[in-house]
Amino acid sequence: MASLSSLASAHLLAADAPSNPWFTWQYVQDNKDAILAALQQHVILTAQTIAIALLIAFPLALLAFRFKRLAGPVLGLTGVLYTIPSLALFAFIAPINGFGLTPRTVLVGLVIYALLILVRNILVGLDGVPDEVREAAQGMGYSRARMLWKVELPIAVPAVMAGVRVATVSTIALVTVGVIVGYGGLGALIIGGFQNNFYRAEILTGSVLTVALGLTADLLLAGVTRLLTPWSRTRS
Amino acid sequence: MSALDDALVWLNDPLNWQGRNGVPYLTYEHLYISGLAVALAAVVALPTALLLGHTGRGGALTVLVTNVSRAIPTLALLTVFAATAIGFGNRATILALAVFAAPPLLTNTYIGMRGVDPDIVEAARGMGMSERSLLVRVELPLALPLIAAGFRTAAVQVVATATLAALVGGGGLGTIINSGFGRQDQGQILAGGVLVALLALGTEGALALLQRSVTPGRVRRWHRLTDVKPRETADAVSLS
Repeated sequence: MASLSSLASAHLLAADAPSNPWFTWQYVQDNKDAILAALQQHVILTAQTIAIALLIAFPLALLAFRFKRLAGPVLGLTGVLYTIPSLALFAFIAPINGFGLTPRTVLVGLVIYALLILVRNILVGLDGVPDEVREAAQGMGYSRARMLWKVELPIAVPAVMAGVRVATVSTIALVTVGVIVGYGGLGALIIGGFQNNFYRAEILTGSVLTVALGLTADLLLAGVTRLLTPWSRTRS
Repeated sequence: MSALDDALVWLNDPLNWQGRNGVPYLTYEHLYISGLAVALAAVVALPTALLLGHTGRGGALTVLVTNVSRAIPTLALLTVFAATAIGFGNRATILALAVFAAPPLLTNTYIGMRGVDPDIVEAARGMGMSERSLLVRVELPLALPLIAAGFRTAAVQVVATATLAALVGGGGLGTIINSGFGRQDQGQILAGGVLVALLALGTEGALALLQRSVTPGRVRRWHRLTDVKPRETADAVSLS
């Protein structure tokens, strides 16, 4: 492993060098454009992942909810996919024609991870609708579709949104691994700094921005949950 | 699918099964790194969670730790640790992975301890049990199924994320995928992916059996009836 030994000598050099601070404004100013581009890519990949995952998760969860027999296989399959490490998943997708070193490879992998969290939470939300509420809606002459739209889904909103929050935060953390195919958002700074002679300022800027992005998204989505469930505000 | 053929060729090449870059040694290294990381996390998290669960304090803390740890990318922590005085390599990897193994252990153990029927605890106190034997002989055995579930979640997660160590100069099976991408060798990439996936799924299966063996049949049936799998509990808490 020639690369490893060269890394080892690089490490020795870095340790001998007088200063390699964990943070400098100089680095941020000099690389403003690169940092912003990485951040933008990170946000776009995350938003696309959650949007696509939601589009797939809702029909899957509704199917599993209507036909209880399907719930086991659907959760089982998404569970197996969830167990496969992200790097291995990218390794499966990249050799497929038309994927390779493109953002599509990252996107497909991330959607697969978000699916399990979303499907499970949508199911939990729908299962949590009290039978009395359903019977009342039936008694009032609600059709199945109308009941789903007007009664079951609104009651499931807190559980669904909890799933969206967890999926979003996990996705933001996982995007960094996309660096293996060249589309890792802020992961490019983290690994770039590592390969650039252990440039600590670059590594930490990328890491801190990723964590900050995850926590910000979580807070924003918590706010959205409150807006979507006005009834829960007065109670608490 | 030529990539598939290439992967089979790679897997059938005896050179890839020998020496320090061979599959057997890398698998051993992967499991060794993972095992030490989980052990390290258990040494810190289990006593903490047992005490917190026994006294009933720190519930908010365990939820906070779980939520914040989810936002930290494994790759970031691996890289940051590799750039400190710890130096890159397996030591930094083990420490970084231990940080991520701790939250599931902490949360599940805490929930398991809190889930012990208060009547049982009261009966044990009434019989004159000391706090210590109450914890060791009553609460701990009853919490064991959930502790095992946390252990399984932590271990499977560590085996999966240990793959990422390859990106920052660490060892394990991830190096096959990483150098495959470096050389743009589709067959090696796919072969590495298959090996890593098999190891992760194998770990999951083996630990599921282990978890079953420490979960009494009555508890298992109860979980099936109420449709709550012990494994999901760590996530369920952070959702609230």
